[in-house]
Parts: sequence; structure tokens; C-alpha cells
Amino acid sequence: MSRTRLHPAALLALTISAALPAPALAHIVNGEAVGFVSGFLHPVSGWDHIIAMVAVGLWGAQLGRPAIWVLPVTFPLVMSVGGFLGLIGLRVPGGEIAIALSGLCLGAAVALSWRPPLAIAAVLVGLFGLFHGYAHGVELPPGQNALLYSLGFVLATGMLHATGVAIGLVHRWPWGRWALRAAGVAIGCGGAVFLWSALA
Amino acid sequence: MRRRFTATAMAIAALLAPGLAQAHLVVTGMGPIYDGVTHFALSPEDSLPVVALAFYAGLRGPGSSRLLLAVLPSAWFVGGLLACLSGVALPPTALPLATAVVFLAMGGLLASDLTLSTPYHAVAAIAVGLVRGAADLGGAPAEAGSLLDLAGMCVAAFALFALAVSVTLPLKRFWMIVAARVAGSWVAAAGLLLAGWILRFGAKVQ
Repeated sequence: MSRTRLHPAALLALTISAALPAPALAHIVNGEAVGFVSGFLHPVSGWDHIIAMVAVGLWGAQLGRPAIWVLPVTFPLVMSVGGFLGLIGLRVPGGEIAIALSGLCLGAAVALSWRPPLAIAAVLVGLFGLFHGYAHGVELPPGQNALLYSLGFVLATGMLHATGVAIGLVHRWPWGRWALRAAGVAIGCGGAVFLWSALA
Repeated sequence: MRRRFTATAMAIAALLAPGLAQAHLVVTGMGPIYDGVTHFALSPEDSLPVVALAFYAGLRGPGSSRLLLAVLPSAWFVGGLLACLSGVALPPTALPLATAVVFLAMGGLLASDLTLSTPYHAVAAIAVGLVRGAADLGGAPAEAGSLLDLAGMCVAAFALFALAVSVTLPLKRFWMIVAARVAGSWVAAAGLLLAGWILRFGAKVQ
């Protein structure tokens, strides 16, 4: 009797479909925190957040051990502190400017291949993470399942960092180092555009 | 490799499949013990702190893991029993907030890979068990069915803890240990966001 094996791609599709439940709801729930998917999509909804988070991963990969994992661990933790402050209603001025600056500064750090002591890099990344988290925390809507929303939110942030780290692994090759610097320039330019918008 | 991929995919699917928070125990039609097991399996607020604690215990070595394997389900049972039999009505935000603190504490322990003596590990396991046991059985009637539900949850907690410990105990490679610690930071971050959410919107969020 021959055994039928499920193709990995089919298995992956099955997993994704199971992970994306579509509950039948009697009311429109646009903007409400209904679960994992809403939380997962929130951090990837704005390019100002995306470029900064990817830049953290790129910079960590450029700096090597232990920054390659310290920076991506620092960012979500401090970001959640910022989210907590935003959720409890604390007012932090200049959030949009700080977020735009994060893209500019982290892009510049990658472009210049800046190598500060680990503590300085962690504090810088943590400071920017605080503002990113605060902006998300202020925007978070009341929902029905805060835990799944929070998990999706943190997971998406972590995966953006992991994407940056994975791309940053090209740093081992000479062409990769130049490519990373070019990516840093692109991120810095993006940050400058967002800064211009925030100041305008 | 294929088997490991299949197991991982199934585990992720099982973890992510529930779309709605349920205010009542899951009813499977297979009896209260299986209801308890299923409730545990479908509740990330139950399973994630257990996984974080198990990963931490696994990183600390087999001695701590063996102790916690006994302590955690026992504390879970005691917590559930107290909630079920006492009938004390806690403020509606108390247990969700305690759950957020448990997430923060267990995720923080794992992320920092803090070196603590074994009795402190037992204290952490007791805290997780008491809080989540009480949260699961809070408001349930004091009858045999509820106790069997609770027994099912304890069995599930034991099994998940044992499985998760067995994943981290043999870890030697640097990046694998880092991956476990990164997962801890994510659990802690989710706990902190959950706490802020509860403080802002009250108990209705969970």
C-alpha cells in the first residue's frame, strides 16, 4: 500500500488557511482589533515603520555578534514599553518627527557602516523603538481579543527585523557590503522624505 | 526533516487557528477531560506562558525542568480548585492583568536567560499555574465536571511543558538559543501591550 505524502507547499497553504480564520460576524468591524491578522497587519501598514524596522536588522547584521540579536531583541521590548505608554494615555511630543528621524539615522548608520559600542547602538535603537511603539499604542483601537492582536503585532515587528537580518547576511561578501550601504542610503532618503512631511 | 517541518506546521496551525476568544469552556462532545485539554490547546493565554517557562527551564538544565514538570500542573490544579470552590468574585480586570504580568515575567525570564536558583524557578511555575488555573476555572460551578475539565487542562499543561522542555534541553548551537530568547522577548512584549490594553479599555478586551 503506497502512502500519499503531502507536498510541503500544500502543507504550507493548509497552515496559512488555518491561520487565517474568517469568523462570520454580523457587524462590520473595520479598524477594530479583532484578532491576530489585524495585529499582524498593523506594523506593516506604514512605510515609515517598515524601513526603520528593516534598518535595525540590517545594522545588527552589519555589526555582527552580539548586536545581530541584541538590537532586534531590544527594539520589540522597548517598542512595547512605548505602546504601553501610548495605551495608558501618556502624551509624548514629537512622535512623528522621531519616527522619521529613526529612518534617517538608522539608514545613515547602515550607509556609513557606523560601529559604535554596543550600548550606544542599543540605546539608540531602543529610543527609536519607544517612539514607534508609542505611535502604535496611541492608534490601537478597542478590540475583542487583545492578546491575539498583541501577538500578531509583535510577531510582525520581529519578522521585519528578521527580514533585515536575513538581507544583512550578505555582509560577508564584498559586493554585499556595498549593497548594504546602498540600502542604507535608500532608507536614509526615505527617512528624509518622512521627516520633510512631518515638519511641513 | 520533512517530519519536523510537518510537526512545526501543524503546531503553528493549532496555535493560530482559534479566531475568537471564548468566554466558556470548549465543549468537544468527548467528555470534560477532553474539553479541558482542548480548552488549553486553543487558548494562547494558557499555552504561551507554559512554553516560555519550559524554554527557560530547558535552558537552565534538566534538574530544574524535572522539578517544574511536577510543580506547574500541581499549581494549575490548586489555582483552578481554589477559583472553583471559593466562589470569590475578583474584579473583572484582575485575572487578565495577572495574565499580562505572567506573560511579561515568563517572557522576560526567557529573553534575559536569567540565572536564578531552582526554588525561584518553582516560584515562577507556581505563579503561572495559580493565575492561569484560577482564570480558567473562575466562575465555573463546583461540580465533578469542572474538576475533570481542570484535570484535562493540567494534563495538557504537563504534556506541553514536557514537549517544550525537550526542544530546548539539547540546544547547543548559539543561534538556536538566541532564537528561543528572541521568542521570550516577543512573549514579554505581547504581555506589556496586553497590560496597557487592559488598563485602557478594561476587562472587555479579553
